[in-house]
This record gives sequence, C-alpha cells and structure tokens, in this order.
Amino acid sequence: MTKVKSLADLKKMKEDLQSKVNLREKGDNVERMVQVKVSMATCGIAAGAKEVMNQLITELDNRSVDAVVTQTGCMGYCHAEPTIEVTLPNNDPVVFGHVDDKKVVEIIEQYIIAGKLVDGVIPVNYETVKEHKNK
Amino acid sequence: MKDLTMHIVDIVQNSVRAEAENVVLAIEIGEEMLSIKIIDDGCGMDAETLEKVTDPFYTSRTTRKVGLGIPLMKQNAELTGGEVKIASIVGEGTEFEATFGLTHWDRPPMGNLPETVAMTMTGNPSVNLMFSCSKGEASFAVSTAEVKEILGDDVNISQPKITSFLKDMIAENLKELEMIID
Ligand SMILES: Nc1ncnc2c1ncn2[C@@H]1O[C@H](COP(=O)(O)OP(=O)(O)OP(=O)(O)O)[C@@H](O)[C@H]1O
Ligand SMILES: [Mg+2]
Repeated sequence: MTKVKSLADLKKMKEDLQSKVNLREKGDNVERMVQVKVSMATCGIAAGAKEVMNQLITELDNRSVDAVVTQTGCMGYCHAEPTIEVTLPNNDPVVFGHVDDKKVVEIIEQYIIAGKLVDGVIPVNYETVKEHKNK
Repeated sequence: MKDLTMHIVDIVQNSVRAEAENVVLAIEIGEEMLSIKIIDDGCGMDAETLEKVTDPFYTSRTTRKVGLGIPLMKQNAELTGGEVKIASIVGEGTEFEATFGLTHWDRPPMGNLPETVAMTMTGNPSVNLMFSCSKGEASFAVSTAEVKEILGDDVNISQPKITSFLKDMIAENLKELEMIID
C-alpha cells in the first residue's frame, strides 16, 4: 500500500514552491506573480465559479505559471458570472465574465502567457468592485 | 446548488465577508445524519438580522436585492429531514450548523470535499481555516496555520501547486479513513 500524504511531504516540496523571482528577492513578492481572483458569492458559485477555480488551478499548475489564485466576494457582475479578475505583473486588473472551461484555457494561453487581449472583458467599475469591503 | 460543497464554499464566504480571522469547518458523518458546522469569529449579527437571514429577500449587500446563500441551504437541509441552526453574537462571531439525512433520497451529493477544502484554504489566505472531518472515533484535521508554518514567510500559500498538493493530501487521508461520501 502506498503511503498517505501528510504535511511532511509539503515541507519537501518547499524549495520548488519558492518562485524564481522570490529566490532573488527575499520575501513573498505577490506583485511579481500573476494574480487571479475568482468571484465566489452565491451567484458565482451557482453559475460554476468553483469548477472554474479548480480548472484554473490545475491548468496553471500544469503550465508551471508563477501565480496566486484566490477567492473574492461578489464583484457586482451577477449577470456575467462566473467572473474572474486577472492582474498581470505591472498591469491593471482585467475582469473577464461568463468564464467557462474553454475560456479558462483561452485566458491562460492568450492573456496570461502570451499577453494578448481576449474577448469577454468587462469594463471595470471600481465602486462595485469594492462593495464587499464596506459592508 | 448541485452539491453540498457548493453550500460550504458559499457559507464560508459569509464568514470571510464578516472579516473573520478564524473559521472552523467541521464535518461529522454520523449514523443517520451528516452535520456541517461553520463557526467564525467575524462581526456577528444582531437578533434582528439573525431573524431575517433565512429570508431570501434579506441581504446586507448593496449591489443586489436578494441573499440566497442561507435560504437555499436551509431548504435543502429540511427536505432531507435535517435543519439549519444559526447562533450569532455581534462582535464575537457566528455559529452555523446544517444537518442532512445521510441516506435520504433528497440529499444533494457531497461533491468533491478535498478539492473544496483545498481551494477554500488557499483561496482565502487571510483566514485561518480549521478543517476537520470525523466519523465515529476516526477523524482528520488540517488548518491554514499548520500549512503556513511549514511554508514560512517567503512562500505564498495561494500558489496552484500548493492547492493541488492539499487536494491530494486531504483526499488520500479521507479515503484511508473511509470518509469519502457521495
Ligand atoms: N457568518 C456571518 N457573519 C455575519 N453576518 C452574516 C454571516 N452570514 C450571513 N450574514 C448576514 O446575513 C445576510 C444573508 O446571508 P446570505 O448568505 O443568505 O446572503 P448574502 O451573503 O447577503 O448574499 P449571497 O450569499 O446571495 O451572495 C448577509 O448579507 C449578512 O448580513
Ligand atoms: Mg452569502
């Protein structure tokens, strides 16, 4: 029987996890990584945001993209769920709507890796994006 | 909502929005009932709000008029002979418990719990998620704090490789303890 993984195995992975940029500059330097936020309010979840987040993680992992993927509250675009916000290093955040499995691959390959714009960008209204913070 | 993990993600997001620092997610697989507890130390709710949270037309959101998270889960729980109980104190936090008839026809499937816990943990790095799953004497637990202690300050917990690792680790442990339910 194979051994069941434990947190001790995570310790062994630690060196691989220190991103290349972080090795040169000490500290966890999130601005140097691709940041992806998935909107996880009820409307997003019901529209498939969980599957989208899982696929994003798997595909980014497969392509070894230096990224951080987090969840965020309602971004105010319930009509366009699932929505994700992608911030490339030194770029403004871009919000994509109606994200599905095909769109995830397109966003990763075209926008995140190749830096080209793809369809489905929602013009950002910062008032609504910040709604969840000032309850 | 197709499965219970979707409800879990949703209710945990309420705790995150309430600015909780610590969130307990405890799953208990009983003989007849399945219990899902979500306990946070967030802003809490006053009695008036608490009374209204199971009403779909109540929300503190300003971007839309309905809050569906809790009412949807309550409806699903009650259909299986279970219930939703919520207790909350302003400034102290909220305790949420949903129970489901384990073998009831109408119980939604569990969904992928290991994947959900891994994504909830790494997707909300500012929150210390304390996950546990128990069945009889057996139990498995893991928390954000433990994972962060191993990673140290210079490794970001929200990296895809870490989520994938945690997903596999939790899945292998729950399987070993025969805690994977449909
Ligand atoms: N853990 C909690 N701590 C503090 N307040 C909470 C908590 N959970 C729910 N609430 C309050 O109850 C309201 C209703 O919650 P519910 O999840 O049903 O809808 P919502 O979060 O407003 O919207 P939705 O879940 O549809 O995105 C919230 O707006 C919030 O004011
Ligand atoms: Mg909610």
